[in-house]
Amino acid sequence: MSAQLWIWILVGLTFSLYIGIAIWARAASTKEFYVAGGGVSPIANGLATAADWMSAASFISMAGLISFSGYDGSVYLMGWTGGYVLLALLLAPYLRKFGKFTVPDFIGDRYYSNVARTVAVFCALIISFTYVAGQMRGVGLVFSRYLEVDINTGVLIGMVIVLFYAVLGGMKGITYTQVAQYCVLIFAFMVPAIFISFQMTGHLIPQIGFGGEVSEGVYLLDKLDGLHRELGFHEYTSGSKSTMDVFFITAALMVGTAGLPHVIVRFFTVKKVSDARKSAGWALLFIAILYTTAPAIAVFARTNLIETVSNKEYDELPQWFENWEVTGLLQFNDKNGDGKVQYVADQEKNELQVDRDIMVLANPEIADLPNWVIGLIAAGALAAALSTAAGLLLVISASVSHDLIKKIVKPDISEKGELIAARVSAFLAVILAGYFGVNPPGFVAATVALAFGLAAASFFPAIVLGIFYKRMNKEGAVAGMVVGVLLMLFYMTKFKFGWFGGGTQEDWWFGISPEGFGTFAMLVNFTISIVISKFTPAPPMEVQDIVENIRIPSGAGQAHDH
Amino acid sequence: MSKQNLKEYWKENLKYLAILLLVWFVVSYGCGILFVDELNTIRVGGFKLGFWFAQQGAIYVFVILIYVYIRLMSRLDSKYEVNE
Repeated sequence: MSAQLWIWILVGLTFSLYIGIAIWARAASTKEFYVAGGGVSPIANGLATAADWMSAASFISMAGLISFSGYDGSVYLMGWTGGYVLLALLLAPYLRKFGKFTVPDFIGDRYYSNVARTVAVFCALIISFTYVAGQMRGVGLVFSRYLEVDINTGVLIGMVIVLFYAVLGGMKGITYTQVAQYCVLIFAFMVPAIFISFQMTGHLIPQIGFGGEVSEGVYLLDKLDGLHRELGFHEYTSGSKSTMDVFFITAALMVGTAGLPHVIVRFFTVKKVSDARKSAGWALLFIAILYTTAPAIAVFARTNLIETVSNKEYDELPQWFENWEVTGLLQFNDKNGDGKVQYVADQEKNELQVDRDIMVLANPEIADLPNWVIGLIAAGALAAALSTAAGLLLVISASVSHDLIKKIVKPDISEKGELIAARVSAFLAVILAGYFGVNPPGFVAATVALAFGLAAASFFPAIVLGIFYKRMNKEGAVAGMVVGVLLMLFYMTKFKFGWFGGGTQEDWWFGISPEGFGTFAMLVNFTISIVISKFTPAPPMEVQDIVENIRIPSGAGQAHDH
Repeated sequence: MSKQNLKEYWKENLKYLAILLLVWFVVSYGCGILFVDELNTIRVGGFKLGFWFAQQGAIYVFVILIYVYIRLMSRLDSKYEVNE
């Protein structure tokens, strides 16, 4: 069967599965819509969190990103997994005990102030929107590359699917489709990895093949380091970024992960505090399967690519080279006219441009795998993009219908009215996300990475202090969040878009890149919160009682209804 | 639960957090970033050790840390009878 037919079959099957689940898991109450009724088992929540978390970027781009940056790519691997330790130890169990529906819920109640709640809603919306636009674009790209439809048609198809299960099922529908999506995406990611690992090193497990031998006595990584030296690239296993910057970027990604609202809300869906801890463990385990495989794929693909193209006659290159040249992801320009491909670090002499996404997308063809594997990759990439988009859309709709309408604008709204409001805002959010997917604003790519900085600079300190520092009051928390977010926005717009006079790498404060600046802004947030709270009145007694109460696990069930 | 018990429960919880987060910091920021060059002089199979920590080891330790935390806390919860 042709690859094209396989793609249609596998994508069609998985999509019908998601729609089937959506019909089965309709939400009947706001509690079901926001937190899936609060009775999700830890393992199902772990699976859903993993799918929620791993976006099109994790599935398609990350291995390629590491492939081109070697050791420097470790910031993503450690940053996007280490955050779960913070989440499990410092946030998830306590937020579950607190037992409401959203992150602004916690901020608003803990800091007894609608100003704090509004600031939190604003932060949640900025973070989620920058993120979701990237996902819809990802859906469109996968459709256009694999199904040969127009990108905009692809975005439209993605919107209809997400609309269907997010609007109908709310968190309940999203949770169970995410469980299915995790299974699809991990299978799609692992199958080619296992094949290629076996082909190159004789080991079935990619994590072992990563450190295996390619031929008698020659380790894969040494070979790749050797190839890199020959072609003038920096050695694969050592970095080119400063230690300081690597440190700050890793920290910003970790803390940002722990502060992302669409990840945090997943922990409101389990029955009790101990289940919140357990599902954090499951989630990281499921995520780690992909995250420890990605760097192995990066090395296999990089070595494969260099060996196949470097100094080879252009006319004798395999068929896949031509296939991907057509898409523009590979570009060859024979500068010295010798008919051979020179792929070197020196930009003057380099003749080959490689898009990083190709490392995962073209892998099955480069390794000569059967056609059904190509179909699997398409289905997996769509699962990754759709699951994350749905999780984000839910945060957006809950922020509007619950935090803004129910808690601030119209507190006397009926349960039924709120559910309608939730569905309408989910609907509008999908339309808006789709619009950004079709007309991507130039800043999307730059800001997705920075969404982590924003989360780190705003939510993380406010939540952690709210749990671990009883004396923290609204004045401190609001000031910290506002200054943290503004500082981060200032630095990001200054160095990414050239506002406020712009600047180059030399002008970075303490040599910290905008990607790593979230760590700095977070530290500023902590400092300001603590200093200001020292000079302002302690929080009222009943708030201090809330803090005491969330520290003990028992009794989470009752706390849930409101 | 009495005030005194709550205090003790919270103190033990904080002790666990401090120890686990110390390990978290050492494997990622320590082995994977700050001392990566020193560790890279040691080889384990095909890996330089520092590079392995940054791209594999730290992640394995993260998973283990959460499972250790789950066990410690479930023991602590039963000890103070705050489990559900």
